Amino acid sequence: MTKKQKRVLCRIVAAAVLLAAVHFIPVQGMLKLILYLIPYLIIGYDILRKAVLGIFHGSVFDENFLMAVATVGAICLGEYAEGVAVMLFYQIGELFQAVAVGKSRRNISALMDIRPDYANIENGDGKLEQVDPDDVEIGSIIIVRPGEKVPIDGVIEEGSSTLNTSALTGESIPREVQVGDAVISGCVNLSGLLKVRTTKEFGESTVSRILDLVENSSMKKSRSENFITKFARYYTPAVCLGAVMLAVIPPVFHLIMGNPASVTMWITRALTFLVISCPCALVISIPLSFFGGIGGASACGILVKGSNYLEALAQTGYVVFDKTGTLTKGVFEVTQVSPSESFREQWGDGASHKLLEYAAYAESYSSHPISKSLKAAYGAEIDNGRVSGVEEIGGHGVQAQVDGKIVAAGNEKLMKALGISEKRNPDVGTVVHVAVDGIYAGCILIADVVKEEAQGAIAALKKAGVRKTVMLTGDSRAVAEQVAAQLGLDEVRAELLPGDKVAEVELLLQEKSGKEKLVFVGDGINDAPVLSRADIGIAMGALGSDAAIEAADIVLMDDNPQKLAVAIRISRKCLRIVYENIIFALAVKGICLILGALGIANMWIAIFADVGVMVLAVLNAIRCLKVKQ
Amino acid sequence: MKKTYKIEVDCANCALKMEEAAKKVEGILDAAVSFMTQKMKVEFAEGSDEKTVMEQVVKACKKVESDCEIYL
Repeated sequence: MTKKQKRVLCRIVAAAVLLAAVHFIPVQGMLKLILYLIPYLIIGYDILRKAVLGIFHGSVFDENFLMAVATVGAICLGEYAEGVAVMLFYQIGELFQAVAVGKSRRNISALMDIRPDYANIENGDGKLEQVDPDDVEIGSIIIVRPGEKVPIDGVIEEGSSTLNTSALTGESIPREVQVGDAVISGCVNLSGLLKVRTTKEFGESTVSRILDLVENSSMKKSRSENFITKFARYYTPAVCLGAVMLAVIPPVFHLIMGNPASVTMWITRALTFLVISCPCALVISIPLSFFGGIGGASACGILVKGSNYLEALAQTGYVVFDKTGTLTKGVFEVTQVSPSESFREQWGDGASHKLLEYAAYAESYSSHPISKSLKAAYGAEIDNGRVSGVEEIGGHGVQAQVDGKIVAAGNEKLMKALGISEKRNPDVGTVVHVAVDGIYAGCILIADVVKEEAQGAIAALKKAGVRKTVMLTGDSRAVAEQVAAQLGLDEVRAELLPGDKVAEVELLLQEKSGKEKLVFVGDGINDAPVLSRADIGIAMGALGSDAAIEAADIVLMDDNPQKLAVAIRISRKCLRIVYENIIFALAVKGICLILGALGIANMWIAIFADVGVMVLAVLNAIRCLKVKQ
Repeated sequence: MKKTYKIEVDCANCALKMEEAAKKVEGILDAAVSFMTQKMKVEFAEGSDEKTVMEQVVKACKKVESDCEIYL
């Protein structure tokens, strides 16, 4: 509790004790009023002050005004105890709300608390000194001991360790790092001592950017929030008008009909009306729900840049994927090695390995991605002495002497040029044909590998009610269609130039029905225009990529596409809670207003309708924070 | 130019009122108050003096919610 809240608590206790005491003092008339006024003023002076100030400042119909009128009205009618009690319970409710909201705010903040407090710097005598990370200049050497957070982005100069990135990505498997690797602020060093040369200022480091992003996310308001703001603007004056009418019209009507007017009863009912009317439950619970949802999402490594995006995500109808780096790993790997029959006869069981060896050696001087993946698949160190006479044939491949044999490795055109007939390979991907001493030795298939989680991710999206999944790629149709079939995607648009992707997304935007939202998922590299054109742009694998964090509306910190369905689930749950609260609060208030007008609901029910509903709505909103992984 | 200020406000409705009030101050292009993070984000109009404008903002906010605090 803050100081302010403690003071309110003291006032509540004092007023409650005094109220009870006054209740047992047998006095009448003026003296009784004065005695009751003591606890009333203790508990309500600030409300009265605000109500008066409000009138002077032109904002008449706020909750302070309502409470002041209701309680002063009750006292004027001689219901002293009730007037004081209403004010007392109003203050208890307000205090409870302030404490509950403050607590959940702190909970959410703690969830997102990845802000490092200090950085270790070695001073002149070799001792460690803790400094404010803001004061560390680019290029300084900082020391990160086991158990500490990496405070600033940098590169490891000395030491190796494992890092826990779960605060950033929600991913629990630690990451191995060694000298020369880049480390990102916000990770926790698990095992070894690291010396890190900083490459960024603290304010530009990953951790600061993420915190900034999440903290600002509640500034972008959702449609439901805007609706409530507008609603409150009309609701409060309307209820006040209703109360005035309730106090005036029925007595006048009774007078005309020749019955007793019973003015007191109608004014009491009008005051009950005022107490019920406070829109606080709505105004507080909706932003709190979104804030909780955003907090829960960021704990899973999903950064949502605004409540509006979290809200829109629930209506996802179309999910458009970029292929490379999103559904596939974006690295080329050898997926198949098929030696020719003659080669197999010559080398037996070792034929596949021998074929890879020849290819890797022939391509060993090239830095092309294909030669890299060949070398990676071969695995062993390349002995440069075994290769000579390397000749690159542009657009065709390579020819080289390996162990005295002439090895040619390249595409079909190369084989054709050498007059060697190659075997057709039915699988799609990049094929490297190999010939040794003019005899066809076999082929090696290299392809972009689909992420293990991708298939499950598409299935999960379908289950979450996504109507259509589309993949956009610059790759050939054959490759694209194979991937799409493997993953169960609905549509493929292949052989696109980077600029075409925006046009394709625009076509899809026209195709979808009005309320549905189109989500584009990319890796944030080269697809910024598409990310911003889609209803919601999601960048994944963003750890360390500033461009992606900048361009997207939602950022997945790791590159697991399954997080998409998690994000949609969080969004749906959050919205469900928001609607629950809106309906619950309006229904309870509506019923109580009718009961109040009919004289069935008294002041106590009115207080429940105000404070009780608010407390229940706040408790419900806090559920948004919990996410099932 | 945009700037963020720390604020102290007790109720969500009051935060809304502060936001409305701040938006109306001359020299402010846009303002957003987050009750959750207790922060006010202000976008100043071109050529307006930050200090005098913010003084006006504080005045306007105090008017609608006497209990609020803006830390300049």
